[in-house]
Amino acid sequence: MKKFVEGSHAIAEVIAKCRPGVISAYPITPQTHIVEGLAKLIADGELEAEFINVESEHSAASVVLGGSAAGVRTYTATSSQGLLLMAEVIFNIAGMRLPVVLTCANRAVSAPINIWNDHQDSMTVRDSGWIHFYAENIQEAIDLHIIAYKVAEDKRISLPVLVGIDGYVLTHAFEVVDMPEQELIDKFLPKFEPIVHLDPDNPVSMGLLGAPDVYIETRYAIEKTMQDALSVIEDVSEEYSNLVGRKTGGLVEGYRIEDAEKIIVAIGSIVGSIKDVVDELREKGEKVGVLKIVTYRPFPKEAVYEALKNAKYVAVAEKAVSLGADSPIFSEIAALMYKKGARPLINSFTIGLGGRDISPAQIKQIFADMDKDEPNTRYIGLNEKLLEA
Amino acid sequence: MAVVADPKQNLFASGHTACAGCGQAIAAKIVATVSGKKTVIANATGCLEVFTTKAPQTAWRVAWVHSLFENAAAVASGVEAAMRYLGKIDEVNVIAQGGDGGTADIGMGSLSGMLERGHDILYVCYDNEAYMNTGIQRSGLTPLDSNTTTSPVGKRSRGNPRPKKPLLEIAVAHNISYAASASVAFLPDLKKKVEKALSYKGPKFLQVHVPCPLGWRHDSSLTIEIAKLAVETGLYPLVEYEYGKLISVRKIKVKPVEEYLKLQGRFRHVLKDEEALNQVREVAKANIERYGLAL
Repeated sequence: MKKFVEGSHAIAEVIAKCRPGVISAYPITPQTHIVEGLAKLIADGELEAEFINVESEHSAASVVLGGSAAGVRTYTATSSQGLLLMAEVIFNIAGMRLPVVLTCANRAVSAPINIWNDHQDSMTVRDSGWIHFYAENIQEAIDLHIIAYKVAEDKRISLPVLVGIDGYVLTHAFEVVDMPEQELIDKFLPKFEPIVHLDPDNPVSMGLLGAPDVYIETRYAIEKTMQDALSVIEDVSEEYSNLVGRKTGGLVEGYRIEDAEKIIVAIGSIVGSIKDVVDELREKGEKVGVLKIVTYRPFPKEAVYEALKNAKYVAVAEKAVSLGADSPIFSEIAALMYKKGARPLINSFTIGLGGRDISPAQIKQIFADMDKDEPNTRYIGLNEKLLEA
Repeated sequence: MAVVADPKQNLFASGHTACAGCGQAIAAKIVATVSGKKTVIANATGCLEVFTTKAPQTAWRVAWVHSLFENAAAVASGVEAAMRYLGKIDEVNVIAQGGDGGTADIGMGSLSGMLERGHDILYVCYDNEAYMNTGIQRSGLTPLDSNTTTSPVGKRSRGNPRPKKPLLEIAVAHNISYAASASVAFLPDLKKKVEKALSYKGPKFLQVHVPCPLGWRHDSSLTIEIAKLAVETGLYPLVEYEYGKLISVRKIKVKPVEEYLKLQGRFRHVLKDEEALNQVREVAKANIERYGLAL
């Protein structure tokens, strides 16, 4: 059904249609509209679920951990400091192989306190054992949440999924979307059947002490599952795409990259802006394209390599940093290309931190500058006057 | 990592790796056994978790989950919410449990949230009065003057400078249905309190005094005797509250605090220091007056 809807409310609606039994969250901007939406659906009797208002994000994550361990589908959402406060539990949920789904309304981290969008928050938990998806627009955010549950709960996977959606840019924006019907989601997403759970009739102990004789195997098992998840994500996305009649989800999306000499790699909503610039430059005869990474964990090495191997120049434009080193996605792509042999000139650009507007002119600047090699990450749109102060 | 328990046996199996004379192991066994098979326990990080569940073994024959140090109450809240969602809450006891540090310090917010939200959960704090799992560091429930590795006795210190945090009163202040203190020295009383707590709907709280021979530096054969003396000197009052109202206290024939202190290395310095000894006497006296403990 087509409807004009705010991003957060679209996510609340689609989560409700995925029928989680336990929802827990703590208020933080810009995530709040999502959980407010869910609370209202429960209050109105439109969703049968337990909504647990907790005293911190640490407890929100712990409540969904407990709910999931008890064999029920769960959901939580957060942003920024909230995700950082959850971080301890985030690692725990993955280590316990619980298929929790979390929306991260991506926001900058303090200090200085800043409620606007970038990706520094979820990048801090990229190594935690969660599958990471990033949405370009509200439609993709809807689709990725449905795909997230199916992948997370797949018995071959049993890992949690974080869906990153850009704070404000997507959470507070309105868009005409195709909202899947309940019947379609019910058909696509069967009832959650946990592999093990806290059942008094068949008691198990979960969350045991893993001494040096077993610990490394638990990590290797997650790594192995992450590799297996690449094909599962593709298959699940294809199945879902066929049901809704549009191509969505998957690992990466290349836009006009087939013969592109210059490719920008990016995640999230910035990709839409880059696509517009690509179209404009293509009209002028420039061979440019953009590669969107939809699935950031597991990192789709093959798909990224195939997309970039024939390019002359690659720019990785990130709303995240690794202070004191190159930005995270750049580092991974540079390592990937080095190992696999193709050697486009790869450069790192940081853009839009803390919600700084990203203009088409800045994106053009990246396309113009990406053939000039620089040793360090370039920060786009710096106000030199502020730096002098 | 999950390990399947054998439901045919005792609900808290022997063969775990607790120290000889561990008060917590005795109390935890009582809690699990009284609660019965239809129980899910969320356990905080600490000695109890470590000595019962080193993979691939488990001592628990009830459904049991451990996540982190400070979140047992929140994990239990999620379990309880799931049981409500599944329509099973009336047939299952959900228990959260942890030590004094996991409860009164790092887990205080999580516990308060659980009590305030009204979950149908029994929280059990096994109070051995310091961080024993990490090697006897001071917690908010370490008693006055106790010698721990982070409140050591020295030229300028007579041990822990503060009295115990009033954890039971903090729990009571949430106006929960039932809250009580208990001791591993009085097992029928502990059993009765677990049973009683589980008979109430909503959140309930138990604080159980459990000596730690290693941390308190006493002979492992003296666990019960020492726990008993804590009660009999007035240093650990056994009381019960219902909806914020004191409903019972265990009366005692008051013994001098020295009888309790002299059996434990952690208080050795107190016996040689009249001022310190008087401070401890004051703590006991205040308890005796407050609760009318004296027979």
